[in-house]
Amino acid sequence: MLHHHAKLERKSVIMLLFIIVTVLVGGIVEIIPLFRMETVIEPVKGVRPYTPLELAGYNIYIREGCYNCHSQQIRPLRDEVARYGHYSLAAESMYDHPFQWGSKRTGPELARVGGRYSDDWHVSHLKNPRAVVPESIMPTYAFLLNNQAELNDIGEHMKVLRTVGVPYTDDQIANAYQDGMAQAHTEDLDENVAGLLERHGDKVNARVFDGNPEMVTEMDALIAYLQVLGTMVEFPAAEPVTPDTAPVNQE
Amino acid sequence: MSDQHNKEIDQITGVETTGHEWDGLKELNNPAPRWWVWVWVATFVLSVGYWVVYPAWPTAWPFFGSGSMEQTGSVTRTTTGATEGIFGWTQYEELAASQAEITARQAQYLDKFQATTSYDQISQDPELYAFAQAGGKALFKNNCAVCHGSGAEGGVGFPNLNDDDWLWGGTLADIEQTLRYGVRSEHDETRQSLMPSFGKDELLEKEEIEQVVDYVLTLSSDTGADTNLPGAEIFANNCASCHGEKGTGGRDFGAPNLTDSIWLYGGERADVSNTVYFAHAGVMPFWEGKLDEDSIRQLTLYVHSLGGGEGEGAAVPEKVSMEAPAEVPAQTEEEPVVTQEEPVAEEPTSEAAPEAATELNVDAPAEPSVKEGATPEAVSDESADR
Repeated sequence: MLHHHAKLERKSVIMLLFIIVTVLVGGIVEIIPLFRMETVIEPVKGVRPYTPLELAGYNIYIREGCYNCHSQQIRPLRDEVARYGHYSLAAESMYDHPFQWGSKRTGPELARVGGRYSDDWHVSHLKNPRAVVPESIMPTYAFLLNNQAELNDIGEHMKVLRTVGVPYTDDQIANAYQDGMAQAHTEDLDENVAGLLERHGDKVNARVFDGNPEMVTEMDALIAYLQVLGTMVEFPAAEPVTPDTAPVNQE
Repeated sequence: MSDQHNKEIDQITGVETTGHEWDGLKELNNPAPRWWVWVWVATFVLSVGYWVVYPAWPTAWPFFGSGSMEQTGSVTRTTTGATEGIFGWTQYEELAASQAEITARQAQYLDKFQATTSYDQISQDPELYAFAQAGGKALFKNNCAVCHGSGAEGGVGFPNLNDDDWLWGGTLADIEQTLRYGVRSEHDETRQSLMPSFGKDELLEKEEIEQVVDYVLTLSSDTGADTNLPGAEIFANNCASCHGEKGTGGRDFGAPNLTDSIWLYGGERADVSNTVYFAHAGVMPFWEGKLDEDSIRQLTLYVHSLGGGEGEGAAVPEKVSMEAPAEVPAQTEEEPVVTQEEPVAEEPTSEAAPEAATELNVDAPAEPSVKEGATPEAVSDESADR
């Protein structure tokens, strides 16, 4: 057999053909299932695309490389479920492009960090992690407070995401900027909040995340993103975790 | 690869060379060890076994079938995007099994814990109390310590839970309510109050704010409240409705006691002035639905026991020290002699429990042979085996 291989190595065209066949097999196995995503993603009620402000926060999360130290993927292991909550479902990251599962936990897992700590805490922590967690080795991100959130082109981001399957509506894209601005305010501060809730759902958090209503900062965007992580799906907490615990969309 | 056309035997080693030459150097063509080749081949055979017994091949190709929806009770779930394997193994079932294992180990305590209807019942049963404390301690470290500190010492904006100063009350019921619904959280039942921003919203002039701050600072001073200050009247008109006439606080509104020198946002003049000008509205998240019922009750007991707990159930039962509860049951296996020294267990219904409880009262803290990190669930196996 090895002698035949020697022949193969000497005939470059045949070698090329074999290489193509091998790569094709590998490619088919990896790519074909992606065309049938609906067969591997449990349909789960409550998962929605990010709002413009959350999306801006998601972009900051990627820009700052948060994924290098934080994962967003609770594995179905007893200790992880006990510490972080219900294991992550595929559907919960179906609108992340790219997904932020991560592979390293220098810092804690963040898939369900939303709603667990107050906005004030997040601001203090991002400003100076040591102020609230003395043993932390996280860098400081105080500058987020001084930067305006990039919302001018957030509608374009949403358009691009729509081409890869995130179901943003024309209405949502057309109003992206003002919805993004509105989310960092409360209803009495910005009249567009009602429109935001109408377009993106009543459960959207709209408030002054960074304590400064004068400017919509990157801090606002990042905290808006962090506070929604893992909160879209409502899990019945009291029940033990089984394959059937996740409430599923009946549509 | 061997090259049959240029087969050449190396003179020194007697081993065939590859026939290639680089600047006079030739490469020996030693074959891979036989055992290694066979292990290599065996892994291929083994992988076929894996395909058969475990989920393996994607079936999301129209010709080979596709994932299907399965109805289990009220829940639909996609069953497969891959071959299922004859073992029927899924990671979800493995998780459920490993959780059931822990639940079974804890059952001895957990069943009793879940059956209790009041905190009194738990506080009066030292063993059950120890169980709740151990659970509460772990839960606190995981969920609460991030804001309140790993020793519950608090920080600027996050209350210290070790002291007697409570914003919303320190009885078990109060603590449970705060835990369950939060403070200014998104929960409908949340505790709610809002201090006005006296300066920012121009409710008071700047001078008035300075005057009232002067007065507020005297409330906790050694000399006591100085009612002659002009700020006293401003305080009575603007602050007393929530903080009380004497500034002792109002728990209905979560209004802090201003006379005790415990400051949530700092007690320096600038801090207090800042608070009156801008006001603070700290948020405590709600935990109902994020933690299960047992966890919320365990946490309530734990926070209550930290030092400032008020009302019923405040007394730590018997001589249980803060550290002892989690470790005590471990002694039952290491010190079986104890049962002979001790009078008959008070509760004949439970088997291993009274030994742990009675021994605990005698010499638990002094015992040097306590296993580190032993928890009630860790020893329940041995107890159950008796």
